[in-house]
Amino acid sequence: MAVIWGIVGLLVGLVISVQLLWPAFNFDLPWLTYGRLRPLHTNAIIFAFGGCALFGTSYYIVQRTCQTRLFASGLASFTFWGWQLVILLAALSLIMGFTTGKEYAELEWPIDLLIAVVWVSYAVVFFGTLAIRRTPHIYVANWFYGAMIIAIAVLHIFNSVEIPVTFFKSYSAYAGVHDAMVQWWYGHNAVGFFLTAGFLGMMYYFVPKQAGRPIYSYRLSIVHFWALIFIYMWAGPHHLLYTALPDWAQTLGMLFSVILLAPSWGGMINGIMTLSGAWHRLREDPILKFLIVALSFYGMSTFEGPALSIKTINALSHYTDWTIGHVHSGALGWVGFITMGSLYYLIPRLYGRTEMWSVKLVNIHFWIATIGIVLYVAALWIAGVMQGLMWRAVHEDGTLVYTFVEGVKASYPFYVIRLVGGLLYFLGMLLMFYNMLKTIGQGKSVDAAVPTATAPAHA
Amino acid sequence: MSDFTSNFWNLYIVILTVAALLFCVWILAVVGKREEKAASKTTHVWDGDLTEYNNPLPNWWRGLFWALLIFSVGYLIYYPGLGSFKGLGGWSQVGQFDQEMRALEAKTKPMYDGFLAMSAEDLSKDQKAMGTAERIFQNECARCHGSDARGAIGFKNLRSGAWNWGGSPAEIEESIAEGRTGVMLPMGEALGGSDGVQSVVAYVRALSGLPHDANLVAQGEVLFDENCTSCHGNDARGMKEIGAPDLTDSDWDYGSSEKAMAKIVEFGHNSELEEGAFAMPAHKGVLSTGQIHLLTSYVWGLTNK
Repeated sequence: MAVIWGIVGLLVGLVISVQLLWPAFNFDLPWLTYGRLRPLHTNAIIFAFGGCALFGTSYYIVQRTCQTRLFASGLASFTFWGWQLVILLAALSLIMGFTTGKEYAELEWPIDLLIAVVWVSYAVVFFGTLAIRRTPHIYVANWFYGAMIIAIAVLHIFNSVEIPVTFFKSYSAYAGVHDAMVQWWYGHNAVGFFLTAGFLGMMYYFVPKQAGRPIYSYRLSIVHFWALIFIYMWAGPHHLLYTALPDWAQTLGMLFSVILLAPSWGGMINGIMTLSGAWHRLREDPILKFLIVALSFYGMSTFEGPALSIKTINALSHYTDWTIGHVHSGALGWVGFITMGSLYYLIPRLYGRTEMWSVKLVNIHFWIATIGIVLYVAALWIAGVMQGLMWRAVHEDGTLVYTFVEGVKASYPFYVIRLVGGLLYFLGMLLMFYNMLKTIGQGKSVDAAVPTATAPAHA
Repeated sequence: MSDFTSNFWNLYIVILTVAALLFCVWILAVVGKREEKAASKTTHVWDGDLTEYNNPLPNWWRGLFWALLIFSVGYLIYYPGLGSFKGLGGWSQVGQFDQEMRALEAKTKPMYDGFLAMSAEDLSKDQKAMGTAERIFQNECARCHGSDARGAIGFKNLRSGAWNWGGSPAEIEESIAEGRTGVMLPMGEALGGSDGVQSVVAYVRALSGLPHDANLVAQGEVLFDENCTSCHGNDARGMKEIGAPDLTDSDWDYGSSEKAMAKIVEFGHNSELEEGAFAMPAHKGVLSTGQIHLLTSYVWGLTNK
């Protein structure tokens, strides 16, 4: 389902990027307007594509590394169907125009309740499985999944406290700047825990598995894990620099975002150093290529993020397409690529094979998608910096040199490049879908043997 | 509200912040302590072949982490961040804003003083001043009046030469500074329904040379004289004291189609109350006196070359 929702999410993204070029592309239909499709795009990518990938890989990894069966497998099935229902309801309600107006938390209260139930069930299954594990230690990937599950539960529940007015409309329980602060505490940690911690969990299993190498440093895992999950919680206010948020809160948001660079890079170091020693395999193994490029984009985005949260830089970048570029280098480069690499490892193994139907196609997918990301991100970097500079350009007589619309006009060619980049990435995803169907068609679903406990007693 | 009576939240923030930084220091210094011994392997094994080295933390990374922490402590001393402590540097975002705005004002004051000393007529001939005015117009006025100043339906065309509220520099300056709210009363009932409305529309169109139904003009003139002259004047040339437009010219703020005119006559229009209608907002306080004077000369100059 991750692949399918990935295609849907990317398609919606393409539609709205076309709308940026040709506003009439909504055909005057309300449910195809930018304002409705944009939240559909973000929700589909983060929660449908990302969510399904996290559910799937975490259930696989937790079983493999705990060397046991899922705790409460019936409940696990419920989380699958429940999550699909959430996605379906989200897709319908968003295009029908129901929204709470809170970014990444647009869904109305009945869906919020369903999410909470599904998510708590997920926690029960996951932590239940950890509890009945047959290994002495909890594997590092599971730390990250576990942190993600707990944090998202807390974030979702607190940010979604709202007063229902009708079945379809509710209002946030918080007002004004408090609402903004809670929203971005949630919003940034959705990035931090859902899209970073969760996918680091994926990285910590599939990278060493595919490379056939041990994790580089257990100690680094510990230090960067605790530092990462602890510091991430503070970073939200950097979305609200130079706003009504008090100065002290802005400062804390900025500082902890800057500090976050170190723990974020801890994960990158552990991933890349694990791969070192297997460099020669990069030439023939497209899965490793996906993983290493994912780590590179991860390192780049987690450098760019702290940089953008510095007040001086933020004053230039805020509200421009630079931010959009930053998000997409993280989403397409890190989240997308680590997921694709992981799924290319996982899918054949679920069907009693060790390789995809066509490794060549995986390779083509890799190159198309990489070129797509580079075009996309570079276009928005240039557009973003250009917009920021144009907006702040002051003539010596104290007047603004450019009007807003001149900035829009100047961005136009970059929006074309971004559309091309997005199209390439989308094409790659279609190839993956085809390859997946072929792989499934050739193999048959197997229940993998539970690995026997080979760990020696703790010496 | 409790911030006024107790210091609790201040202390809460300070303690949390310091504790958070100390946590980072602890995890880096104690958990991630420097080890000289070479890479060893932990004894953990998962899933058949998943194992771990226990390499020491890379020194450059450890150094980076320390540097970021030290930077943060320094930043918190200089800038506001620790609860209500203002920081030694005395920076605030409002302060920064005020400072930058004051600096800009101080820099441009001589220029605007010069503008204010000139009449709008003279100023409109000053090429350089009009360049400045053009940029202000594009950023402040164009979103309603259009980048070509020709307006749109409901937004005044500033190049038509027709002025509802008067076209002298003083009157234009007042329009910009104080804003204007146009009101047309709904006349449908007074005119006896849509037949009456159609007749008046035909008469008004005849006045300004627009295509019209000639059979209705006579009837329209009677109705016009009875109902419309108190605002638009006996000669239908309007009354600038109340912003009643001249109906004999070719400038139509709400469109010149029969349908658009009939709608305005029948239902009237109130740019303050009506949804989707816009009044000219007051700009004093938004723009400086010098800027308003400059824009006045620019707008006046559009039709007085």
